[in-house]
Amino acid sequence: MTNKGAARNAASARSTLVPAMVAGLAALAVLCVLALAIGSVSLPLQDVVSALGGSGDATVVSIVRDSRAPRVLLAALVGAGLSMSGGALQGTLRNPLAEPYLLGVSGGAAVGAVLASAFGIGSAFGVTMAAFAGAAFATLSVSLIARVVGGRTDTRMLLMAGVVVGAFANAVIIVALSGLPADSLRGALWWMMGSVHDASWAGVGRMGAALAVFGGALLWLARELDVLALGEEPAAALGANVDRTSRQIFLLASFLAAATVAAAGLVGFVGLVVPNIARALGARSHRPMMLLSAVYGAALLVFADLLARTVRSPTQLPLGAITALIGVPFFLARLRKLT
Amino acid sequence: MISFREIVVQYPAASSPALNGVSLNVEPGSLTAVVGPNGSGKSTLVRTLLRRVPLNGGSIAVNDRALSTFDARQFARAVSVVPQREEPTLPLPVREFVMLGRHPHRGALSAVSSVDTTAVDRAIHLAGAEDTLSRATDQLSGGEWQRVRIARALAQEAPILVLDEPTAFLDVAHEMAVFELLDALAKDGRSILLISHQLNLVARFASHIVLLHEGKVAAHGSSDDVMRGAILERVYNWPLVVTRDPAVGAPALLPLRRSRR
Repeated sequence: MTNKGAARNAASARSTLVPAMVAGLAALAVLCVLALAIGSVSLPLQDVVSALGGSGDATVVSIVRDSRAPRVLLAALVGAGLSMSGGALQGTLRNPLAEPYLLGVSGGAAVGAVLASAFGIGSAFGVTMAAFAGAAFATLSVSLIARVVGGRTDTRMLLMAGVVVGAFANAVIIVALSGLPADSLRGALWWMMGSVHDASWAGVGRMGAALAVFGGALLWLARELDVLALGEEPAAALGANVDRTSRQIFLLASFLAAATVAAAGLVGFVGLVVPNIARALGARSHRPMMLLSAVYGAALLVFADLLARTVRSPTQLPLGAITALIGVPFFLARLRKLT
Repeated sequence: MISFREIVVQYPAASSPALNGVSLNVEPGSLTAVVGPNGSGKSTLVRTLLRRVPLNGGSIAVNDRALSTFDARQFARAVSVVPQREEPTLPLPVREFVMLGRHPHRGALSAVSSVDTTAVDRAIHLAGAEDTLSRATDQLSGGEWQRVRIARALAQEAPILVLDEPTAFLDVAHEMAVFELLDALAKDGRSILLISHQLNLVARFASHIVLLHEGKVAAHGSSDDVMRGAILERVYNWPLVVTRDPAVGAPALLPLRRSRR
């Protein structure tokens, strides 16, 4: 009886996960093709497919391969990175409302990147490294503020500290970029609201590498996250090295978020919404949850970017505006469920 | 076995030490109970074992080896702990939750082995948690949640078991079932350390009782050594009598009404 019941449970958990993953991958594929086809110049699907292969009209090939494909891919990678980062932060902080943007981690990364640019560091690698440093600094600040005022496991204090650090970050961005000419490529708005409009294949490569390294490390540590999510004492009882592993995961998640900021500026709420959707779809352990989040996050951001460049065309809306419009109602609904 | 030697713990904000020179042994094949009023240092003792509070003095040895030489996973293979408080903030299906008891035995990528499955099935059966299997940890009653947490600790299959008030929220039948289970596990050769407020049940089941009061050992020994009216009345600061239960023959504490003093 026990064995049969157990087998049934395990089977039912798997049986919701596999269709959820297949559906997510299918949605991602469809959205990617649509995002390649739709834009200021709308292209028939067969032209998109042949352009991807390098054949067809030279202009079409250029639009698809040099402009839209890197943009779509970068959006997908940023969405996957933000979602995995959010999922890992929620687990290690035992807080389903944690995510890099609300925790101020992304804001810190943006300040690092903006200050590097303002001081004349032009290389994308240098800007990314500065974003890592800014994220690490913000992570430390938020933890310290939250610890001083009431412990970092206190939902409200942690988010409050994150919001404060985030607001400070936005102020620094505006002041640092105030001297720049209005038409410079990455203005304050680009950083504060996010965009993938200047995506390049090099940027895709950098974001892909960051996702592989930091996302891969988080997946490797997923079992530790399962245990840490129980709380400090239960985690210690089950053989987790609580303090060290929490720090490692916090740092890895922050670096992953920082890489998305260097690639696309501040895109909020993706890291909050997507892991909660993955859990609702039955992915409770962190490895399946983060994998599912990566796919759904990628799909969500490809969709958000498609909206960003089409709803007010030819004006391009900031990516972060779309994700906030989707994310804030979700945040409020989740908050209501928690309290 | 576990041996605590002259343990001193001073929390930074507190005026007096939470534990002040506490020594006790948890022997294989026996159930050792730590009792005492709220704030007497019982849970702090568990926290020292989990290394969540630093020792200001004394030492702890597990199986004659200094606790400080254990890495986290080695410790969890030697000692299972059911901590006092735990909230299902990110709920899991019950079986996945109990499977986390196998964490110290599993690698980062290893699949669930038949050993893991057997241990989990056995633990769920021993803890009497079969009827919770179709649910998630946020859909359990207080008593079911306790049993599921005990099942997770049993799935660790460590030779030493430490439980911090495991029968809080349990009704009489489930409370007795837990004491019977701990008794059976002790007779099976395990070392069991039980933190409890249930003095009368502890008096019936424990082979050794340690009474803590303000961070110090106020009395220790058999139930007859510890269950004395004068000692308990002083430690709990409440009028009471200790009788001998006619049905089971063990000492039994009976708190009195203060107005009748």
